[in-house]
Amino acid sequence: MLLQQVINGLAQGSVYALIAIGYTMVYGIIGLINFAHGDVYMVGAFLGFYAVNILHLPFFPALFIAMVGSALLGVIIEKIAYKPLRNAPKINLLVMAIGVSILLENGARDNHIFGPDFKAYPAIIKEIRYAITSKASITNLQIILFVVSIILVLILQYIVFWTKTGKAMRATSYDKDAALLMGININNIISVTFAIGSALAGAAGVLVGLVYTTINPYMGIMPGLKAFVAAVLGGIGVLPGAMIGGLLLGLVETLTKAYISTSLYDTVVFGLLILVLLVKPTGLLGKKTNVKV
Amino acid sequence: MPLLKANNLTIKFGGLVAVSDFTLNMGDNDLYGLIGPNGAGKTTIFNMLTGVYSPTSGDIVFSGENITGIKPYEITKKKIARTFQNIRLFKQLSVLDNVKISFDYQTKYTLAEAILKLPRYFEQEAKIAEEAMEILKIFDLQDKAEEFSENLPYGEQRRLEIARALAARPKLLLLDEPAAGMNPQETQELMALIRFIRKEFNISILLIEHDMRLVMGVCERIIVVDYGKIIAEGTPDEIKKNPKVIEAYLGEEN
Amino acid sequence: MKKFYVKLLIGILIFTLIFLVLNYFMDTDVINPYKARIIMLIGINIILGVSLNLVLGFTGQLTLGHAGFMAIGAYAAAVVSVKLQAPFLVALIAGGVASGFIGMLIGLPVLKLKGDYLAITTLAFGQIILNVINNIEFIGGPRGFSVPPKTTFIWVFVFTILSYFIINSIIKSSHGRAMVSIREDEIAAEAMGINAFKYKVMAFTIASFFAGIAGGLFAHFQGYITPNIFDFMKSVDIVTSVVLGGMGSLSGTVIATTVITYLPEGLRSLSEYRMIIYPILLIIMMRFRPKGLMGTNEISFKGIQKFYKKLKGKGGKNNAAA
Repeated sequence: MLLQQVINGLAQGSVYALIAIGYTMVYGIIGLINFAHGDVYMVGAFLGFYAVNILHLPFFPALFIAMVGSALLGVIIEKIAYKPLRNAPKINLLVMAIGVSILLENGARDNHIFGPDFKAYPAIIKEIRYAITSKASITNLQIILFVVSIILVLILQYIVFWTKTGKAMRATSYDKDAALLMGININNIISVTFAIGSALAGAAGVLVGLVYTTINPYMGIMPGLKAFVAAVLGGIGVLPGAMIGGLLLGLVETLTKAYISTSLYDTVVFGLLILVLLVKPTGLLGKKTNVKV
Repeated sequence: MPLLKANNLTIKFGGLVAVSDFTLNMGDNDLYGLIGPNGAGKTTIFNMLTGVYSPTSGDIVFSGENITGIKPYEITKKKIARTFQNIRLFKQLSVLDNVKISFDYQTKYTLAEAILKLPRYFEQEAKIAEEAMEILKIFDLQDKAEEFSENLPYGEQRRLEIARALAARPKLLLLDEPAAGMNPQETQELMALIRFIRKEFNISILLIEHDMRLVMGVCERIIVVDYGKIIAEGTPDEIKKNPKVIEAYLGEEN
Repeated sequence: MKKFYVKLLIGILIFTLIFLVLNYFMDTDVINPYKARIIMLIGINIILGVSLNLVLGFTGQLTLGHAGFMAIGAYAAAVVSVKLQAPFLVALIAGGVASGFIGMLIGLPVLKLKGDYLAITTLAFGQIILNVINNIEFIGGPRGFSVPPKTTFIWVFVFTILSYFIINSIIKSSHGRAMVSIREDEIAAEAMGINAFKYKVMAFTIASFFAGIAGGLFAHFQGYITPNIFDFMKSVDIVTSVVLGGMGSLSGTVIATTVITYLPEGLRSLSEYRMIIYPILLIIMMRFRPKGLMGTNEISFKGIQKFYKKLKGKGGKNNAAA
């Protein structure tokens, strides 16, 4: 039974991890909590849904389309909403991000867009359950979730650590002004960051549609918040932190649901956030920075 | 009893030693200068003296009391006030309000009295407004009392910074590059102003400056730091001739 | 000081007049019960808005859980009213005190955080409060709680005026100045002797108190409360009013709240699109006029005179050119 919960927890955690990466990358580069990120995940899920339902595409092409669409959405949001406010007081950015988030949610809900109903992914891949022990099993869909997540993260690692773009991204996240002076095109780098983060979030959306089936316009709110908790838990601005934080959070949530309370697990998750922020705000893997006066 | 005794202040940021073994003795009504090349650690020293940073080792004794590492607002209550290298005025507040803020920590009425608009609220507010105006007059800013401080020309903003700090009624005033960006005439006026407030309010002043005219013209004693360490100390004449100081500023003589 | 008491007297007279007129209209159905309810809702939302403005606009701290404190006040007042059979005023004060107290408890650890972290943490606390209420059977949990409809126009009117007046007084005091200095530059404020943390907690606690009062009024207005009335969206509604009206302007909050509360009711056709229009408004505001409608200015006689002179002046110049 515990093994089953761990498997389920890691599956949920992988979803959180994919979303958390986007949060942490954006925060690391422009210091913004992108409230709208969870809603990009939602849009990705819907894009995948339409790709499968209307274009009758198989899973992986649908995933690809959703990722591209999400990346585009992320870049557009950055250019229109965040870029003009890059030097504005933080509060303005936060309120703007909240505005974008709510617009996406309720825009999606509109009957002319996605509509308010829950939609169900058709069974593009037939679910097969593999028994591991007498009490625990894993489905092929969960395996796909794990494998796709791992592959995406590996691709991300490659980009960040082995390409010039990745180097530029890392430089910009350490010191934007220095990067600018070194000739790095900050605007492009920021767009790339948003694109990658959003693509991952979109992928998470499609994977959720595959494994958990139902999607709806408000599906991004809670996972978005929780993925942010995960990013903070692991250390905001630190990539491996987002992944570890995500998996950890998935485990904590699932185990809490199973063994403590099915209705108070939200409180536990948010309580964890508060605890981390008060005790070690830089998170598990984060580093402390000094304020210059 | 000396007013200020900083003993062997050292501060490390991670592996970097920003300031080491800084020692300073100041008495009442002294006017000292702290100079050194950029990045020498001067503002860091100010930050330690004002509680923004906690020194890694060493202590600070002010008026006989150990004030090492206490919070900035508590330092102000102990009667040390400062200005900032990069002006930190309250932009959306009027010039008068900027100065009034420094009186706020000494407020003699409670929130309840403010809400109920009891007489003491009106009395105290009138008193604060009056005293704030007095200070503005000293700095020739009284005509701009209702202006937003962000609308002031640069030189006046710098003056307002000092006025605001002075309003906190300190015994020791720390000025961080008060003449930065000023033209020669403004600098002359500033020098006269510094001498005036030192006498009029009977306070000690420690100032960081790069403008040598001001430092040499006003300070009684100068401390020179480089790479976080004191490299020389003495009267302006002594410092002017000190080879180590010349080297620090101009590089090695070849 | 004498000037103040004169102004106070005039103010009391004016507002008493306004009240009597409105009340008369309501009694004689010139304002129908439906519109009357909207007016009362506006009042309640104003209390929420000006209290949030104290924290957000004047002290510069972004908190996203204000609806949570409204919920605490609503439920506390409801419990005191229903289970303890206490009079309405007692229930309202109890609601306010409960919210204020819990606000202080939450504020003490949380207000040590800055900016984004504070925002997220307060959001999280808002969610936790809802989650917890949902799990308390004694007050109905998710099924809700029935509350006697004791809120009438005079209660809302009086409390709205009082809240505005009190918060305005706070802002005009040295405590209020300290709060604004924190918004402008916290480090400089600390250097001038202001204990930033103390004033943040003060603002937060007071704001929570008034949110609680608003909650109590709302509970006895609606007649039935469920936790999800006080969700994140409600917090966003309140933030929207404050931002649109101008962070740092109480009169701006009043105007924005009136418009925002009235619109979905008055323009039924648009109400469906309300949750699309608001965010678009927010986005446009933040992009082009982040100061909001009034910025940090208040409606005052001096201000109206200046504005009038400006208009006249423009007209004069045009005439001269022609």
